[in-house]
Amino acid sequence: MSGDKTGDKILGVDRLTMRFGGIVAVQDLSFAAERTKITALIGPNGAGKTTVFNCITGFYKPTGGTIRLTHDDGRVIALERLNDFRIAKQAKVARTFQNIRLFPGMTALENLMVAQHNALMRASGFTLLGLVGAPVYRDAEKHAIDLATDWLRRVNLLDRADDAAGNLAYGDQRRLEIARAMCTEPALLCLDEPAAGLNARESAALSELLLSIRNDGTSILLIEHDMSVVMEISDHIVVMDHGVKIAQGTPREVRDDPKVIAAYLGTDEEEAAAVMEGGT
Amino acid sequence: MTAPSTNTAKPATGIPALFKTAFINALVALVLFSLMVGIRTEAGSDGQLTYWTRFGELASLVGIVFGGSIVMELLRQWIGPTGTEKLVPPAIRSGMSFVGRYLAPALLIFTLLVPVIFYNQRYILDLAILVLTYVMLGWGLNVVVGLAGLLDLGYVAFYAVGAYSYALLATNFGWSFWVCLPLAGILAAFWGVLLGFPVLRLRGDYLAIVTLAFGEIIRLVIINWQSLTGGPNGVSGIPRPTFFGIPLDNSDDGLAAKLGIEYSSTHRIIFLFYLILALALLTNWVTIRLRRLPIGRAWEALREDEVACRALGINTTTTKLTAFATGAMFGGFAGAFFATRQGFISPESFTFQESALVLAIVVLGGMGSQLGVALAALAMIGGFELFRGLEGYRMLVFGMAMVLIMIWRPRGLIGHRAPTVYLTKAQAISSDLVKEGHG
Ligand SMILES: Nc1ncnc2c1ncn2[C@@H]1O[C@H](COP(=O)(O)OP(=O)(O)OP(=O)(O)O)[C@@H](O)[C@H]1O
Ligand SMILES: [Mg+2]
Repeated sequence: MSGDKTGDKILGVDRLTMRFGGIVAVQDLSFAAERTKITALIGPNGAGKTTVFNCITGFYKPTGGTIRLTHDDGRVIALERLNDFRIAKQAKVARTFQNIRLFPGMTALENLMVAQHNALMRASGFTLLGLVGAPVYRDAEKHAIDLATDWLRRVNLLDRADDAAGNLAYGDQRRLEIARAMCTEPALLCLDEPAAGLNARESAALSELLLSIRNDGTSILLIEHDMSVVMEISDHIVVMDHGVKIAQGTPREVRDDPKVIAAYLGTDEEEAAAVMEGGT
Repeated sequence: MTAPSTNTAKPATGIPALFKTAFINALVALVLFSLMVGIRTEAGSDGQLTYWTRFGELASLVGIVFGGSIVMELLRQWIGPTGTEKLVPPAIRSGMSFVGRYLAPALLIFTLLVPVIFYNQRYILDLAILVLTYVMLGWGLNVVVGLAGLLDLGYVAFYAVGAYSYALLATNFGWSFWVCLPLAGILAAFWGVLLGFPVLRLRGDYLAIVTLAFGEIIRLVIINWQSLTGGPNGVSGIPRPTFFGIPLDNSDDGLAAKLGIEYSSTHRIIFLFYLILALALLTNWVTIRLRRLPIGRAWEALREDEVACRALGINTTTTKLTAFATGAMFGGFAGAFFATRQGFISPESFTFQESALVLAIVVLGGMGSQLGVALAALAMIGGFELFRGLEGYRMLVFGMAMVLIMIWRPRGLIGHRAPTVYLTKAQAISSDLVKEGHG
């Protein structure tokens, strides 16, 4: 097991707390995500899942706690100290949004080109080499187009490459947003409800896409309400309710945990257990 | 509903609704004008209040508003944005796209030939230089407003910085135009960054107000810093540009004498014409190039969605600053040209009205479209001259024309966006999808 880092901790969240005025959205949350695994973060509406994502990806500055990202080469980065764009640029954490955030007036291909901004910026000598049309930059751009084309093919949007992103169907937009995040070549991919609004066939295709991304070596952190997707593809599940972690484990363990059922049904624990027993 | 019909886009408003709108407008006019026009008051000979009524005028004004409302509403429905596409038959539309393809090259060739065609018409040449100056300013502001989506109401500040940079460097140190030109651009870009820093967090209306203030501050500093700028008196005796060191006058070592041709004052005008044309084309070329580079794509992405940009690792701070600096630099170049053309500059040339005019050109042209901005500059500046005969009514006619154009094409003359890169086929992106930017 020399080169294989599978199973190492890539993300360690420790005692994360996020307060908005009086509201405690996340409280003392600790969990870990393993390398090249899919870790799911689930919980009822308002549990604080998106808030955790916003803390990890630098959109919020956590009130307390630490978030550590360990790279392949052993570098450890304190995400709570980096701010917004640096997390995507230096820590290589990419994300999608619960409400799709594409660049609607740009084509699908352009969306994926924008995602490769930092690499292209370096290649264009911070614009100067690009302005004079240096071959270095032209090669880099060709390479970027190739990468974008690959991803368009993988998310089955190659024939829509030159269409405006805003003109794509909802499910296509969701997949394009994932492809755009992948074009930043992330170590950790954070997906906020990627299956929301998809039909059963599209959800199945999404599961397959996420598994293939994982198998290619990208770790995934997933927020999802669609349990068929979560149970099918997750390696590890963390369950939140009212800002705290109430359970974690494999899909099987979590599915049978009375606390989880109670949280989803909105009743207390004993009642839920009684319901479960009565039902079986 | 398979057959194309011109009536499909008709809004649900019928004749009664039309009259209702007109009636309400007339009522508002009646209330407003009854005091403003209907009753006229004046101080009498002993200071007492005298008044008399003018109900005839009041009635005709209300009538005009009533009729005007109906006409406006009808126009809005007939030539409105939803109707245009369907009203135009496919044959004409394909013809228009043909025109569209060759319009830019044709316009460029014509522009190159203007000094030849109108050699002896000083007025036309002067007007052409003015139009080109605004084309260049429009293209410069287009980087900030059209591409990056940052609403800048103080663009004239950079024009002023460029003009004063050249004027002061040339009069105080005797530096030549060609040395001062890049310096003017750099100084303006510097001020662009300086303006950019405090307003980075602001968006939309707030950004607009602060940039507006910045434009005024620069003007007030110029007025009050008498020892440097000459205050309200301005700077005079600014050196004319030279043909790379050879002056364009009737002296013995002037260009005419060197070439052995007879001197004519038109030479200098033509030189200025080609100078501003070259500067404008440089602006255009750089902008088109930048759009296809990562920085230009980041500007447009910023206009579309700033949060998504940050999630992709784009430094939005430097991206905004480069947009401000690039736009300001072109404004500075234009300012230096303005100073050398006029030979005299004063703060009066750099009022808010200039900013508004350049912004109007960008908006009218279609934000982000280079050809649209050029056409809009021609229409605005040329149109303004065209209406000169109307004297007092010039502004009125002009304002009406702008309102009508914006009803007809709310996203400007050329509203659609051309993609910067494509796999198989570049297709224009409809203006409905393209964001205007909010900060
Ligand atoms: N910026 C904010 N300001 C104030 N309160 C916030 C903010 N963001 C989130 N909250 C609050 O934090 C709590 C958790 O919200 P969050 O969006 O993280 O939930 P979620 O688990 O993602 O829910 P959903 O499944 O509906 O997306 C909610 O009560 C929400 O109102
Ligand atoms: Mg959420």
